[in-house]
Amino acid sequence: MTQGVCITKKILARSAGRELVESGDFIEAKIDAVMVNDLTGVLAIDSFDKLKEKRIWDPNRVVIVLDHLIPPDSVNSAELQRRLRRFAAEHKIIHFYDVGWGGICHQILAEKGHIRPGCVVVGADSHTCTGGAFGAFATGVGSTDVAAVFATGSLWLKIPEVMRLNFEGSFKEYVLPKDLILHIAGTLGQDVANYMSLEFTGSPIEGMSLGGKMTLCNMAVEVGAKSGIIEPDEKTLNYVSSRTQTGFTPVHSDPDAVYEHQREFNVNDLEPQVAVPHRVENVKPVDEVGNVEIDQAFIGSCTNGRLEDLEIAARILRGKKVKQGVRLIVIPASQEIYREALKGGIAQTLTEAGAYFAPSTCGPCLGGHYGLLADGEVCISATNRNFQGRMGSPKSKVYLASPATVAASALQGKITNPKDVLT
Amino acid sequence: MIIEGKALKFGEDINTDLIFPGRYLTLTKPEELAKCAMVGTDPAFPEKVKSYGVVVTGRNFGCGSSREHAPRALKYAGVKCILAESFARIFFRNAINIGLPILECRGVHSAVNEGDLLVIDMKKGVVEDHSTGKTLKAKPFPNFLIKIIDNGGLVEHINAEVKQR
Repeated sequence: MTQGVCITKKILARSAGRELVESGDFIEAKIDAVMVNDLTGVLAIDSFDKLKEKRIWDPNRVVIVLDHLIPPDSVNSAELQRRLRRFAAEHKIIHFYDVGWGGICHQILAEKGHIRPGCVVVGADSHTCTGGAFGAFATGVGSTDVAAVFATGSLWLKIPEVMRLNFEGSFKEYVLPKDLILHIAGTLGQDVANYMSLEFTGSPIEGMSLGGKMTLCNMAVEVGAKSGIIEPDEKTLNYVSSRTQTGFTPVHSDPDAVYEHQREFNVNDLEPQVAVPHRVENVKPVDEVGNVEIDQAFIGSCTNGRLEDLEIAARILRGKKVKQGVRLIVIPASQEIYREALKGGIAQTLTEAGAYFAPSTCGPCLGGHYGLLADGEVCISATNRNFQGRMGSPKSKVYLASPATVAASALQGKITNPKDVLT
Repeated sequence: MIIEGKALKFGEDINTDLIFPGRYLTLTKPEELAKCAMVGTDPAFPEKVKSYGVVVTGRNFGCGSSREHAPRALKYAGVKCILAESFARIFFRNAINIGLPILECRGVHSAVNEGDLLVIDMKKGVVEDHSTGKTLKAKPFPNFLIKIIDNGGLVEHINAEVKQR
């Protein structure tokens, strides 16, 4: 009798044209979509230029998103963006998302229907794993990998061992998917899943919004994982169908699927979590962080720049003011979300409270622009990494938390449990 | 391939922001990248590495971003080989793809002292520490990767395959 197979291995087997794959096998996976951004794209072009194959295998499967340093913050980045613009024109790449037309690459892959259930998507950005929220195999790769895909439409992949993370219970009202993934990082450590893929299962996952699932899969890489995936449900299929005309064949795990590793979590008692400097695995419940005064609070990025993240912040800040001396920066993950926030009054609420509300870009998350930190400054951030120097000065400190915790902290001027300000 | 060099040591979880800080990501030329190697943790590295050559590091080297600037900067700065307890997976692929020699070698961080003279046989996966007399065995590469490594990287590997067809 054959053993049950999980979604990750089924997708990869299909991409290699095989019945079955085993952990440790090397495959040449056929790629459904490949993505680069303004910082990784030019290195990909440099590698592509060294290949004998001069044509892109299928320009319609290439996605280029300008997001990290938009609009250009320097002459250098303006040059990079111009090179990508010209490359796209030269190779007739139609999925080119220029300044003002897109947003952060992982959000754009989803919004524009490039991520579909059952697909294999690679991107030259480590948070490409976000796409696993749609039941796709999505993983971050390097620029030379992308050049190889440009030329051949396929890429070498090692079949990963799969770790199933199964959850039960229900979340407290002020506890968000971000708190769960921080808790996972804190419990498992930042390299536990190195070379592995994660699969998230259980009723708390099924009950999450698609945005929440994206937050969860987004940070799979912060425990070292190659990908994180959630089986597609009705909501997922409807979302994707509303975003693309391209057909797709969803894949599901067998009920008796075998996993090399398995962990169980109960979310009933989970409190808001904070990752303290300078490691994503340095996680504590917010009430155990102590008295930490902040200079800056940031809500945005591919991790927490979605409408629901902005909504909870607006709910906390409505009719109130950000504490004097604190800068609150809010940057939506896409121009679509930016427009929604303008239309629905969220932008009004946030800016009245004193927030600096900017159009979509990665901004300060990676120390790009729109809010870098000075020596000794402290930032609480709804992003994905708190590495030393990540958001500016090597002497600054970044604490990671949910958008609710960030908003509550902006209000109080110190790291604060959102429970204390939500009424 | 035999690589010789002196060990320059780093700790564990050396992330890509330490190897190549975000503020330099608009640079693309080899000589520019070389000047930024490891400056997030040691601004003297680009000079210092010239008299060492081999980076010896702990677990999870290269965790974080997919930026290929990180392994490229190390290669262009003159790193001949990186020996680590383990590598984060994207860094691992990037190093193989751009032809930067790396070996995953359990126990290397405690066995080797800074400045030790190392002789590394990439093919056999053997690290000899000529300062202490110790010999360490690295995790062997699967045949699939050896082909890419032998060709000098993914670009060269694909070009070689095109020629064969």
